Amino acid sequence: MAHDQHNYLNHQKGIWSWLTTLDHKRIGIMYFIAIMSFFFLGGVFALLVRAELFTPGKTLFSADVYNRMMTYHGAIMVFMVIVPGIPAIFGNFVLPIMIGAKDVAFPRLNLMSWYMLMIGAAITGSTLFMQNVDTGWTFYTPYSSIKTGMGVIPMVLGVFIIGFSSILTGLNFIVTTHKLRAPGMTMTRIPLMVWALYSTAILQVLATPVLAITLLLLIAEKTLGVGIFDPQLGGDPVLFQHFFWFYSHPAVYIMILPAMGVVSELVATFSRKTIFGYTAIAYSSLAIAGVSFLVWGHHMFVSGQSEFAGVLFSFITMLVGVPTAIKLFNWIATMYKGSIRLDSPMLFAIGFMFLFTIGGLTGVYLASTGIDIHFHDTYFVVAHFHYVMVGGTLMALMGALIYWFPKVTGKLYNDTIGRISWVFIFSGFNVTFFPQFILGNMGMPRRYYDYLPTFTELNQMSTFGSWLIGTGFLVGFFGVIFALLKGKEAGMNPFGGKTLEWTIPSPPPHENFDKTPVLTGGPYEYR
Amino acid sequence: MSTANHAGAGFHHAHHFDSAEHQYESSKQGIWLFLVTEILMFGGLFVGYSIYHSLYPQIFHAGSKQLSVTLGALNTVVLLFSSFTMALGINYVQRGLRNKAIIALAVTIACAGIFMVVKYFEYTHKFHVGTVPGKYAYEEELSPSGEKVTRVGALLAEASKLSVEEREHKLHLDETEYEHLTLLNNTKNWPLFFGFYFVMSGIHGLHVLAGAFLIFWVLLKVIRNKVGPEYYTPVEGVGLFWHVVDLIWIYLFPLLYLVG
Repeated sequence: MAHDQHNYLNHQKGIWSWLTTLDHKRIGIMYFIAIMSFFFLGGVFALLVRAELFTPGKTLFSADVYNRMMTYHGAIMVFMVIVPGIPAIFGNFVLPIMIGAKDVAFPRLNLMSWYMLMIGAAITGSTLFMQNVDTGWTFYTPYSSIKTGMGVIPMVLGVFIIGFSSILTGLNFIVTTHKLRAPGMTMTRIPLMVWALYSTAILQVLATPVLAITLLLLIAEKTLGVGIFDPQLGGDPVLFQHFFWFYSHPAVYIMILPAMGVVSELVATFSRKTIFGYTAIAYSSLAIAGVSFLVWGHHMFVSGQSEFAGVLFSFITMLVGVPTAIKLFNWIATMYKGSIRLDSPMLFAIGFMFLFTIGGLTGVYLASTGIDIHFHDTYFVVAHFHYVMVGGTLMALMGALIYWFPKVTGKLYNDTIGRISWVFIFSGFNVTFFPQFILGNMGMPRRYYDYLPTFTELNQMSTFGSWLIGTGFLVGFFGVIFALLKGKEAGMNPFGGKTLEWTIPSPPPHENFDKTPVLTGGPYEYR
Repeated sequence: MSTANHAGAGFHHAHHFDSAEHQYESSKQGIWLFLVTEILMFGGLFVGYSIYHSLYPQIFHAGSKQLSVTLGALNTVVLLFSSFTMALGINYVQRGLRNKAIIALAVTIACAGIFMVVKYFEYTHKFHVGTVPGKYAYEEELSPSGEKVTRVGALLAEASKLSVEEREHKLHLDETEYEHLTLLNNTKNWPLFFGFYFVMSGIHGLHVLAGAFLIFWVLLKVIRNKVGPEYYTPVEGVGLFWHVVDLIWIYLFPLLYLVG
């Protein structure tokens, strides 16, 4: 480290000091390393799944292996990458600094959350070597409870523990935001990233317990045959879906809200303009969090729920579009007549807006009961949620990585590498997933191992796109290594950000602030 | 890492808080949020219970008849009393009455023990008569006469041959229980009720054990003078957890034992 000053990286030395650290910044880095390893694994599974679908029939491996790889791809990406991703990595790093705190409210609990993620991931991952699971990441009953092997139990147990980690992180963030704000930092002066993380935390605390009990019931069903989900014993497998989506739909917003927070920061900083409609963006996060609890039924339009329920869920689902659109329009209004700098983080932010808009608009199709009956469980759905979750969250993740990289390490991320990575990822996403909209419309079902020869060209295009995405992320990773080895000194504020983290040295000192900051105005006061 | 600045007689606040009061308020908010998640988790079970109760009222009627209201009521009283002693314990710690606090907390742990012992008797009796959840209740065995029957079926077949006294003596079945078991055995899908019974009371039982363990942990803190009038956050937090465990039982008792 070329720095003479004392910072959190050289505050203590040795691997042990990292594994027992209570510093939110170091815990953020530990999350980064762990989650990026999971991401690599999940990505490899994705590439293999796509490779298998290069031709109809058997291309590389059997249907059995395909089912398992698809399951692990989904489970790893959802539970270990996208859900914890931005909050655990960047939330941990920047949330306390952004509100002028020295740490999160419960540092020990924070470290414990990291260990719980590790333990959960280890238990879930161990099933790869014991009894592989082929249920898909949703573990739908009765297949998971009756048909498939006992490997489901450790898998689900691991996810249960990961859920606990998520609850504890959320709890920590809520109390930190409530109690540790610097003097003058009122709730209407906190950066939008913090608003997004705060809304996410509420979701984590309120939705995850329902997943916990659902998974426990699944374990009970599998070991004792309690009969809650088994129709032969009087149960109802559809109840599992209600419980599961009561968590997992809000979980979609656990994934996307932090990404929206990142984009708000990026748009303001790189447009050099006061964010347009601060309160609207802030409260729309809460609104999305609130509405998200009432929409799970749109996953069940074809499950035989009543027509009335279908109409109701359809309506409420479309309602989510309102706060989402508020955000999008405010970002565009911020960019309007701004001095936009198209640095790589901003490119990722614009990529987010582009892909997320496609994902959101196709969501309106799926929210309409009549159209959903045509699209249900086809590749249209696959394309839709990849555009939303992956195109949205991973774009923002990359943007956040490059944006806060100088703050975390003191080194600048090479902008050219960032741009190259963006070109590959952005074009790759569209090449991969746009054909899937067409495939879905033509009737290709999701999850299937085989498909009709008619679908071959589009599938090959999609597989080709997956290689582009893979290359893009490899370039992005190379950029991290390159920046660590050869990166230029970043200085305190390389991008001209206005939030509190840019007022302290990079990397930050151990206790973040030498003197507690006192706020006299809101964030983003450019002009 | 010196996150905790030890100052004075073992009472401290961490470096990122302004004062002990600030830390206390933050901790309390954290504990309340955690309790919200507990209630939500049981909420899932309550939802499942109410759905199936409305679908199959006869199963829940026959099933709940089989539970011992006396033992359930006894446990309710025990837990309510333990909540009282827990509250006393917190109060004594806050006022610095160390010895009284130790007694109050020890009594609370003893109550948790009584609760678990009663549960043990309830559970073993159910294993004995065969009113167990799902697939174990349907497990069939050969009766002496050579037909396939479930555990409950076998017990009833044997009981029907005996006089009332012999049933009591040999099979630990009194007359009402015999009638209730017969009613149960004639109800389709009755093990569903016991699925709910064992899952709900089982998860609650695990919480009682966890609570007893936590109370033991704060009891040690009281003994070692780690808590007192200036710093009692752990005691209060554990106390809140214990009250929620009681509260959940207060809902479970009528739902499982009485509503049917």
